[in-house]
Amino acid sequence: MIESKVLPTDYVTEPGRIRTSTGKTLKTDEMIINMGPQHPSTHGVLRLEIVVDGEIVVDVIPHIGYLHRCFEKHAEHMTNYQQVIPYADRMDYLTSMNNDWAYSLAVERLLKLEVPPRVEYIRVIMAELQRIASHLIAVGTFGIDMGAFTPFLWCFRDRERILDLFEMTCGARLLYNYIWVGGVSHDLPARFVEKAKDFCRYFKPNIVELNNLLTFNEIFIKRTADVGVLPKDVAINYACSGPMLRGSGVNWDLRRDDPYSIYNKFEWEVQVGKGEMGKVGDVWDRYIVKVREMEQSVKIVEQALASIPEGNVQAAIPKRIRPEHGEAYVRTESARGELGFYIISDGSTSPYRVKARSPAFVNLSVLPEIARGCMIADLVAIVGSTDIVLGEVDR
Amino acid sequence: MTPQEIHETLKGKFGEAAVEAKLDALQPWIRIPPNKTRTIGAFLRDDPSLQFDFMMCLSGVDYNDGNLGVVYHLFSMIHKHKVVLRANCPKDNPHVQSVSEVWGTANWHEREAFDMFGIQFDEHPDLRRILCPDDYPGYPLRKDFKVPEFYNGMKVPY
Amino acid sequence: MGLLDYKFENSNVFITSLENLLNWARLSSLFQMQFGLACCAIEMMAASASNFDIMRFGVIPRATPRQTDVMIVAGTVTLKMASRIKRLYDQMAEPRYVISMGSCSNCGGPYWEHGYHVLKGVDRVIPVDVYVPGCPPRPEALLEGIMKLQEKVRKESLAKKKQTA
Repeated sequence: MIESKVLPTDYVTEPGRIRTSTGKTLKTDEMIINMGPQHPSTHGVLRLEIVVDGEIVVDVIPHIGYLHRCFEKHAEHMTNYQQVIPYADRMDYLTSMNNDWAYSLAVERLLKLEVPPRVEYIRVIMAELQRIASHLIAVGTFGIDMGAFTPFLWCFRDRERILDLFEMTCGARLLYNYIWVGGVSHDLPARFVEKAKDFCRYFKPNIVELNNLLTFNEIFIKRTADVGVLPKDVAINYACSGPMLRGSGVNWDLRRDDPYSIYNKFEWEVQVGKGEMGKVGDVWDRYIVKVREMEQSVKIVEQALASIPEGNVQAAIPKRIRPEHGEAYVRTESARGELGFYIISDGSTSPYRVKARSPAFVNLSVLPEIARGCMIADLVAIVGSTDIVLGEVDR
Repeated sequence: MTPQEIHETLKGKFGEAAVEAKLDALQPWIRIPPNKTRTIGAFLRDDPSLQFDFMMCLSGVDYNDGNLGVVYHLFSMIHKHKVVLRANCPKDNPHVQSVSEVWGTANWHEREAFDMFGIQFDEHPDLRRILCPDDYPGYPLRKDFKVPEFYNGMKVPY
Repeated sequence: MGLLDYKFENSNVFITSLENLLNWARLSSLFQMQFGLACCAIEMMAASASNFDIMRFGVIPRATPRQTDVMIVAGTVTLKMASRIKRLYDQMAEPRYVISMGSCSNCGGPYWEHGYHVLKGVDRVIPVDVYVPGCPPRPEALLEGIMKLQEKVRKESLAKKKQTA
């Protein structure tokens, strides 16, 4: 029996038959609809094969691989560990700083290398600004999927301010190649701290404005509450992470629970979905976790900017990276969840095997479990809330 | 629990199946036989002192000596300990038992390992290629892979 | 002042050739197909947002290929996706143009050497009119690409038979 959440259950008498308003029963049939690789709402080249009975989704089968760009093969063939970083950038192109950082951490673990404190602070500032930028896109495109065009424009306007900061530092707007093994590529320019503080001051009232426009909007709540509920045990079994896991009520954040770098020096809170508008773990919960995480990231950036030490950022960058035989798996909290790199080194200057464990790939695999029984329009909301980036899913 | 204790518990339950381990490496690993991965995985997930309920990563590796391998990185959200398991299989007959019933996330990871290396996962519910097209010749991440000259009429090399 | 304001300064009649009129109408309203593949798609979205505003050129994103004039291939084209791109290109109505945005769709980009699943340039499957270099190109670069396409459309002639591929 298809458990339909939205239609009254006496409409569907049994699988394959519905009762019309005149009292007769009609035999229905299942249809396969293709939400193809080119679709305005699939956030990239994702193909969803949907088996529908009327408007209710019976099953959804995601097909990926349309953006498989052979990252792991390139990593094996590069002559140097540093040369892999531009490829790691392009995996999840919305959070390049976090990708670079995760890869650099893995190589630094193999080399047993410590970086200077100024580098740690710069990395944290960049990663948190990048997290805000990525969540702005997630929220903006999610709004546009729901039909709200204005938040998209507001979010992109705020994101341009962050990209201005990044461009001032390393010259690039989207794919930076900034966080290198052992340090960062350029030191912060002269007025960066001042401009970043300006941005934090400018951005805080904008979140309030966004909440007034979209988050507590009745139409938005009606479309997202109680939709796509992901239970806690399913989320852990399917290794979901990031806002997907926290939206289901699991209080888990790698920055606090499996710590790396200097996050323990800052005061911030892990945001967890509490089921304020519907059940715990629905689409609205995942969305509000992202919005509140943006506020916490601003807090971290302000604290880091206030206490950043001096130093030479390129002091610890090794001239020749040649780790010993061994392997390491290091995971960090990217904007989408647990981003991990498993690197096997065979003692030469280029990696033997690099496996990127991407959060979007794993979060997408839970889609069939949570999308059964919803309507096609709800499926758009669920896919938007998983916040996938196909570059990372396909690598 | 420390890696030593996890290794002892596994040895106690499965005997000679979980003997080889390298516990002094940067991240200690334990070798398990490829035909018992599901039973060992289910024990690791359900035993109250271990409770590895979160599979962080599952990767395929080509060791370039005639062996392919699967590496499992497991984590316990309750006890906060980690373990790394390795299962090797010969390249000309690569069969590893699937763990997709134990951890739901292994479904897609094993499909990717099959796609990239050609490792057959027995008892997997839906083993087909996930990233490359279904009719792509060869297994790309093997060390002896040659890029095809043409694929469906398109020239592949530069 | 815009073109129409100039012409309509003194009277409400202006005389031009049919070619000029059609070309002017076409280049001022190039509807674009929303076809972002990878990282360049984010720069394309940023170009449509308020900071760079591609809509003032008349370029509006449409979801279906049947209603569009220009397809901006933004991002890496993989072998799996290439057949779909060809199909989408075939579904567009003439006159149709293609802008290849970014290094990956120009020539394979950073994946040229070891990409076993990357098509080295979208011009291996569809004909391209304008190439915009960059990885990713700035939104201003995309706007320049649109302007170059507009120049190309301005010079088109009705007399020549349109080449199709």
